[in-house]
Amino acid sequence: MPNQEKRDDRAFRMSRRKMMKGVAAVLGAMALPAKDAPASVWESFFQKNFRELSPEELNGVLARLEKEYSEKYKKAVTVRANPPIEGILFGYGLDLSRCIGCRRCVYACVGENNQSRDPQIHWIRVLQLNKERGVDLEDAEQYYNPEKVPAKGHFYMPVQCQQCEHPPCVKVCPVQATWKERDGITVVDYNWCIGCRYCMAACPYGARHFNWKKAGLPSAEMNPETHYLGNRPRPVGVVEKCTFCIQRVRNTPGRYTACVEICPVGARKFGNLLDPESEMRYIIENKRVFILKEDLNTRPKFYYFYAT
Amino acid sequence: MPTKMIWGFFKGTLVLVSKGSKAYYIWMVALLCFMGIGFLAYLYQLQHGLIVTAMRDQVSWGFYISNFTFLVGVAAAAVLLVIPAYVYHWKPLKEVAVLGEMLAVSAMVMCLLFVTVDIGRPDRFWHLIPKFGILNFPQSLLSWDVVVLNIYLILNLTIAVYILYNLYHKREPNKSFTTPLLLFSIPAAVSIHTVTAFLYNGLAARPFWNASILAPRFLASAFCSGPALMIILFQMIRKYTRIEIRNEAIFKVAELIAYSMFINLFLLGAEVFKEFYSNTVHLAPMQYLFFGLKGHGDLVPYIWTAMLFNVSAFFLFLIPQTRENYVTLNIGCVLIIIGVYIEKGMGLVIPGLVPDTLGEIYEYSPTGIEILLTMGIWATGLLVYTLLLRVAVPILTGEFFVGEDGRTAVIVDTEFIRRADHLAEQSYRD
Repeated sequence: MPNQEKRDDRAFRMSRRKMMKGVAAVLGAMALPAKDAPASVWESFFQKNFRELSPEELNGVLARLEKEYSEKYKKAVTVRANPPIEGILFGYGLDLSRCIGCRRCVYACVGENNQSRDPQIHWIRVLQLNKERGVDLEDAEQYYNPEKVPAKGHFYMPVQCQQCEHPPCVKVCPVQATWKERDGITVVDYNWCIGCRYCMAACPYGARHFNWKKAGLPSAEMNPETHYLGNRPRPVGVVEKCTFCIQRVRNTPGRYTACVEICPVGARKFGNLLDPESEMRYIIENKRVFILKEDLNTRPKFYYFYAT
Repeated sequence: MPTKMIWGFFKGTLVLVSKGSKAYYIWMVALLCFMGIGFLAYLYQLQHGLIVTAMRDQVSWGFYISNFTFLVGVAAAAVLLVIPAYVYHWKPLKEVAVLGEMLAVSAMVMCLLFVTVDIGRPDRFWHLIPKFGILNFPQSLLSWDVVVLNIYLILNLTIAVYILYNLYHKREPNKSFTTPLLLFSIPAAVSIHTVTAFLYNGLAARPFWNASILAPRFLASAFCSGPALMIILFQMIRKYTRIEIRNEAIFKVAELIAYSMFINLFLLGAEVFKEFYSNTVHLAPMQYLFFGLKGHGDLVPYIWTAMLFNVSAFFLFLIPQTRENYVTLNIGCVLIIIGVYIEKGMGLVIPGLVPDTLGEIYEYSPTGIEILLTMGIWATGLLVYTLLLRVAVPILTGEFFVGEDGRTAVIVDTEFIRRADHLAEQSYRD
């Protein structure tokens, strides 16, 4: 019965193929590289912490990532790793008397920093507060949606990473995957983070966000000018946060962050705290300034103020 | 030839665990089924990411870490039972120590599994290993936890295996080796629980956890749930095996639970008073937990169940008549295990994160995947404990020992789980 034999043979091959598929799926799901995985997968698996990479190793890593992202997003992606610039300590100002709660900053940030569109990740969150109650976080509303902003009787307070001088998130990380750079920016090595989310529990400002699933980032919207510690695409299962647009501010000194640039009312200020002539220094010295949750001694470099 | 002797022991244990009564097989197969389901749930979670859980940026730790916290307490308290065993000169001291240590080992295995399934990048676990990766020690309390939990696991495994291996060879374990280790395991037990409490305690961003009373409360509640579990295990062990455990030992443990529960409730009361009377912005999590906040109150029924259970168990264990009656005693144990599981699990982790640091209320309740995975890990822990008991019990009763040739194992006990009526009666009589 040659027919029967053929059918058996095919059934056997089918089941074997099915089994191999199953094995491959399990290995894939185990998130460990498969035996025949391309070399780059192993390279990223064994990659050292960013701060332990030699200049040559770092170049290799950047080249590998550029190739990977360029293929994935079908455009020429650059991944830089510009170090901090000497003599610069970044500071940020937010004028609460000007902010109208339009959330343009939120979406400019999403676009510039390649945040996931599905599920949505927002590094900036704008709180709607009651004028009667002042800055009372228990009373804050993030999901406000009136016809027109500003809504009557309310004011708005955008919150993002406060770039603390004493960052509680850095202290708690069990593997030193996050640290404060010399220019005051707290960064994350997305290739070193183990995703334990202890930093999220430690952050008093809700500034850290987790990639609960693979980031949904359409190729067309992907910003190809990236920094290793900033806006390059993030893998699943790691934490990310605002970096003061590290890819902009380190590459072109004096350039503004995306949120400062977009703000239609000029509520957002940014500059070098070490430069006595800077706008930030003028604000701190001449306006009514406060920092969020001062009692926690995190010493933010994000200053809220009232210009008028 | 120690290698040959160890190999013989190892081979013997393999044969031993494959033998057993029908009840033993049914129990093991059931556990394996749950483990299989849990494993599939884990594969699903790995494939899709932690989005399949109910955790989100607002509530970034959930059911897994709640179970972890509860089990650290069980692991700690199981060993702390060695103290009363010494102080009151309970006859089966060795047995109590070995059973407690093995419970600690099983609980530790579960703890490590719960942490593993909770992290986003399990493929990067090696980043925690010094030399290969970077362990942020002593800065991060999580790195402390990694260190003490692993030391504790190895310590308990060493003591238990050493004692059993010697008894198997019909030798008394060398006291100058076991006693220091056993004594060291007591502060180690306290330290794993203290470090786990400090993990939460050190976060100024979370007022619910940032209370110095947290570590003492952890210890007090652990001293309730761990021994309650041990009381139930003691009764099962003496009912189904030849090991005798005296009534007075069990009643003494119950009495100690009553005192611990008093301290636990007292510390909780102190915390509740401070928060509600001073009525600062820090009150919100406590209010959310006990009464609900702005119409959100998923945890409210649970915490009041826990309160009711803990208080009733306290009275059951305080009154000698109910403490020394096995029906009320066992009811009390179950009430305490459930009560502390709620209070130290979800009742501790979730209010730390709700409302979040910017005042948002996200109601967390675990998804089916989280529940299946959790059940799988509990089944794994029970399987580990059953296997350890399967070897330890026949050794302690002299039914599994080395043969005349000094190598081949002799197995007398081929049933393990069986109703030894005449033996049970004997032990009830004293």
